[in-house]
Amino acid sequence: MADNQQMWKELGMNLEMHDMLCEVLPGAIGDVFMSQENRPAAMDYFDMVLADVHGLRPSELVEFRKNGGKVFGTFCAYVPDEVIFAAGGIATGLCAGSQFWVPGGERYLPANTCPLIKAMLGARFDKTCPFYRLADVYIGETTCDGKKKAYEILGTDVPLHVMDLPQMKRDKDYLKWADEIKELIAVVEKTTGNKVTAENLAENIKKINVKRKALERLYSLRRNACVPISGTDTLLISQIAYYDDPERFATMVNKLCDELEQRVKDGVSVAEGKKRILITGTPMAIPNWKLHNLIETSGGVVVCEETCTGTRYFENQVDESGTTLDEMVQNIANRYMGINCACFTPNTARADDVIRLAKDSKADGVIDVNLMFCQTYDIEGRSLEERCKAEGIPFLGLETDYTDNDAQQLKTRIGAFIEMLG
Amino acid sequence: MKKYIGIDIGSTASKVCILEEGKDPVFEVLPTGWNSKITAGIIKENLEKRFGDISDAEIVATGYGRISVEYADKVITEISCHGRGGYEMKGEDCTIIDIGGQDTKYINVVNGKPVDFLMNDKCAAGTGKFIEVMANRLGLTIEELFELAKIGKPIAISSLCTVFAESEVINYMGEGRSREDLAAGVIDSVALKVATLVQRKELQDTVIVTGGFSDNEFFAGLLSKKINRNVSAMPNGRYAGAYGAALLAKEKAD
Repeated sequence: MADNQQMWKELGMNLEMHDMLCEVLPGAIGDVFMSQENRPAAMDYFDMVLADVHGLRPSELVEFRKNGGKVFGTFCAYVPDEVIFAAGGIATGLCAGSQFWVPGGERYLPANTCPLIKAMLGARFDKTCPFYRLADVYIGETTCDGKKKAYEILGTDVPLHVMDLPQMKRDKDYLKWADEIKELIAVVEKTTGNKVTAENLAENIKKINVKRKALERLYSLRRNACVPISGTDTLLISQIAYYDDPERFATMVNKLCDELEQRVKDGVSVAEGKKRILITGTPMAIPNWKLHNLIETSGGVVVCEETCTGTRYFENQVDESGTTLDEMVQNIANRYMGINCACFTPNTARADDVIRLAKDSKADGVIDVNLMFCQTYDIEGRSLEERCKAEGIPFLGLETDYTDNDAQQLKTRIGAFIEMLG
Repeated sequence: MKKYIGIDIGSTASKVCILEEGKDPVFEVLPTGWNSKITAGIIKENLEKRFGDISDAEIVATGYGRISVEYADKVITEISCHGRGGYEMKGEDCTIIDIGGQDTKYINVVNGKPVDFLMNDKCAAGTGKFIEVMANRLGLTIEELFELAKIGKPIAISSLCTVFAESEVINYMGEGRSREDLAAGVIDSVALKVATLVQRKELQDTVIVTGGFSDNEFFAGLLSKKINRNVSAMPNGRYAGAYGAALLAKEKAD
């Protein structure tokens, strides 16, 4: 890890503070991941990526930038990676899933802001995340008021482009999102000096579709009656999807899926006698494994996540039939507008998704988990609960943040819910 | 004779229920103190004094300190135990409102089983802790606080936070408001917070109160008005969790 230290230093990171983060990570990985029994062997790759989360991929990005490449940091499942890769750039998710970054964010934001947004600012301003140092341009989006205002603050420290996501799903909103993607293309072209063409865009639409298909395959395998992989492991993969090289990632997920297919055939389950839980709600950015860990150590197994670190990230492909740049951009826009986030009104399609996924994955119950102060998801919880109850699906709503101080209370609620499922 | 024992280690009080074939349930209560492991040990000693060896008794532990009962055969959450015990005490399907030392729970029991529940968020408002803090501030015991509340005219205490609500009460004390009115305000505020919590959920016609104030008719009456249901006080309601644990111990064994 000596090389990492040198790299972090060159990236202008606060090494002393970053060391504190590095110290707790191995313990957390041990407690959450390595303590699980009977894990698939092909988790090796993802374990390795996680173990060196601030070294492995960042060092690739450093090399890429040395050769003139540009890195784009993103925060949301709505940002189309296709156009960034088409321009020869690299898109990387800027995760913000640790309490470690929250106090840093609270220097800039009111305490009653969602922890994800606070961590986002903390990671940037504390200089304790290499990805935040490596991104040449940040791509924000208007998915909530908290993020919109936080981007104004982030933008004082780093070049930042905000995409204006429509909040309704009328025909004109689909056109509007295509316009926004065209603006993004202009930004990436200017930053990279490369043109986005029909040819390179078609190629990258395919590339990202391949990645989405790999995740779809993983999610259809995990919901088998014989559960071949834990929800905790699957969540990690969904989190890594945001920042790994898309082609290598798809290859590794498919390799894992081959093993999982065999496990299903052989009847190898990691969840014998456990209650099947579908999680819905706000994103779980790395290293936020809190809920999965609590559920899976309380007699449950997570068989699906209807979240941005779950199905919202990969469901639906970009139509590959477009031939002109305009057609392709519209096809991309249509795919991303199909994501059902609570920032839209109305957003009944999300409840449809939850019901469909709960049935497909034969979930015994649904747990709606929202980050504290995420108003749109919090409000939507009520109608979601009504829909689930109408379908006879047991429902538990939880609100939490990145701290561990509510772990016991959550354990009681989750434990009681699982007991209730019988 | 086979014994089934439920142990409910709450944040303030620990409750024990002993079930024996052909006998009425026996209930006991002791303060939890600062260490639930020690409390669990005292309970064990008491049981051994009473019965000698208890190694063949079926023991279920519940409550926030449930993992401290190392000699328990099984650990079950307080939601399931309160649901089971409350249902048995009432003898019919009902909605249970449990006011504990550090949390307030809503449990809906249908066909004898909990089908839905809600717990208050990390906050002491609307819990026994709030009443305890306010009674101390007013220089009263909890029993005296309830007695005074009956004759007072409630002063609205609107703060959602126990610490701020305490400041609010101090301000009123500074203004020279009467203790009865303040006591009435405190109890009213707890009832209001409990009502706000449970009204997010479905309420059956039969609602019972369990937990530390469960035998308090005055409080049940106040809550009835706030949620527009007939809320019954339960004489042994504070033992609902321990009773449920003992019943579940028996059911698991059968």
